[in-house]
Amino acid sequence: MILVVLAFIFWIAAWGLNGYLANGPFAKQRWVSIAVPAIFGVTILVCWELIVRGAGVPAVILPPPTQIASTLVANLDVVWGDFVQTFVKGALSGYLIGCGAGFLLAILVDRYQFLREGLLPVGNFMAALPIVGTAPILVMWFGFDWQSKAAVVVIMVFFPMLVNTVAGLRDTTAMQRDLMRTYGAGYFQTLFKLRLPAAMPFIFNGLKITTTLALIGAIVAEFFGSPTRGMGFRISTSVGQLALDMVWAEIVAAAIAGSLFYGAVTFLEQRVTFWHPSQRAKQ
Amino acid sequence: MKRLLPVLTVVIALLAVWYIACIPMNVKEVLTTAERAGVTIDPPSAAERRDMGHLALVLRNTDALSGSWSQDRARLPSPHQITAELWKSTWEEEVNGRRGIVRSGSLSKRSLIYHGWITLSATFVGFLIGAGLGVLLAVGIVHSRVMDMSVMPWAIISQTIPIVALAPMIIVVLYSVGINGLIPKAIISAYLSFFPVVVGMVKGLRAPDHMQLDLLKTYNATKSQTFWKLRLPSSVPYLFTSLKIGIAASLVGAIVGELPVQRGGLGARMLGGSYYGQTEQIWAALFVAAGMAALLVWLIGWLEKRTLTRMGMLT
Repeated sequence: MILVVLAFIFWIAAWGLNGYLANGPFAKQRWVSIAVPAIFGVTILVCWELIVRGAGVPAVILPPPTQIASTLVANLDVVWGDFVQTFVKGALSGYLIGCGAGFLLAILVDRYQFLREGLLPVGNFMAALPIVGTAPILVMWFGFDWQSKAAVVVIMVFFPMLVNTVAGLRDTTAMQRDLMRTYGAGYFQTLFKLRLPAAMPFIFNGLKITTTLALIGAIVAEFFGSPTRGMGFRISTSVGQLALDMVWAEIVAAAIAGSLFYGAVTFLEQRVTFWHPSQRAKQ
Repeated sequence: MKRLLPVLTVVIALLAVWYIACIPMNVKEVLTTAERAGVTIDPPSAAERRDMGHLALVLRNTDALSGSWSQDRARLPSPHQITAELWKSTWEEEVNGRRGIVRSGSLSKRSLIYHGWITLSATFVGFLIGAGLGVLLAVGIVHSRVMDMSVMPWAIISQTIPIVALAPMIIVVLYSVGINGLIPKAIISAYLSFFPVVVGMVKGLRAPDHMQLDLLKTYNATKSQTFWKLRLPSSVPYLFTSLKIGIAASLVGAIVGELPVQRGGLGARMLGGSYYGQTEQIWAALFVAAGMAALLVWLIGWLEKRTLTRMGMLT
């Protein structure tokens, strides 16, 4: 009981500290904008730990964070194997193939107005569908190993990428295209020197949206059948064994992988589209 | 209407590709069936055929492929087989079936209408909870600097995390506490639609520029007046955009939430189909899910159009 009270006291203290930091004299400084969310995150973890221990919540319902962390550290090799299976083999290869295919088809589609008018509504429609549902079919076709997961990811990332790239390739003004024409530039020169660079913000938007989709696809596809490793496999079997600390450890690993993946694409975006107003504003 | 022709062309082309793809995909089963019916197949033993490529088999047995589009439990059922399955598991099952709504007065447990309804109700409940909480949190974030600085980064990070991974655990944990049925699925749906709505709504509530905010300040408007008369109206387009994303995510959440506990719903139908090799059943469930997603997004789009027209933001 004391621990639960302590949790409330800690919560109020941390909230007060955050209120002081956010509205006080340091509010404009850079470290505050990192410290405040960090304090908030730590507060949630501490309250979680204290309440679970204090109220005696059984570990099969909600394990405390320290137990999750120790499980993660103790099973690091297992989690790493799952990570390689799901993320590197399944999600990443599917992501590269799907985004590459979407990008190339977008360039083709952009060349012919008829194709664009026909494929874009279909692509937009497909992008909104619950494509995860194709997972059982693809698992049946490509087997239990990572190929089927990559296939699900390919289909999931393909349409958002296609739609975004096509939208990006349209994002040049008539003035800019006319300028290229006065230079006597051909189709490919215009494409490489004007339209692809201009499309980069859109392309990266598509690449960023699809990072999450890739991980979701790879994990959910494993719920439909997988070899005896992989994040989705570990989650569904550990849930069956009520080993919730292992489930949480996998979720932590998936969260870190997802954030790093997104962060890597964002880093690349900053390098490639440094000229874009939205990037310049940050510097 | 001008756009109908290209779209139709693409759809027909896709169907054509599908029909053609049926031939190599199903060739092994088709040849086995044909062999049992007495047709001579080029490599006569099934063991030899097993290691051969699909295309090679098609090319060597061009005259024995008539069953490609009517093969039972095909690896890739043809579109008309799926349409037939759809018809059979909706209209036929309900109207003529023994357990259908006409004979027994309740929806048949074998019909896709029943399973679709289970999924749809979980989606709706979850979406309403998620979107409602999302809007509330966004209002809090816009009005409180502390909440903005502490919650917003996490809301953004959470969008890069595969939240669906939590689904089986939420279902099983709630089940062990005694909550089952619609609520656990709705919680997953709510969770998935929550963050897109928060992020979109915060953007929308911040959409008014300094001029407009300053104008309201010169009118001596209170904070709540500014909220109701300026911030909320200008956030509506953003709200609807994120609602569209949110409802599609809700549907995915409900379907994934049905995987661990097999108590009906489209997700259960898909998993059941994959256990028993009933490919047509999976495809039919998939098409119903696709139709539902399209309908839901269209519904939000229709609401958006009506609201924006009434508000005079769309002419």
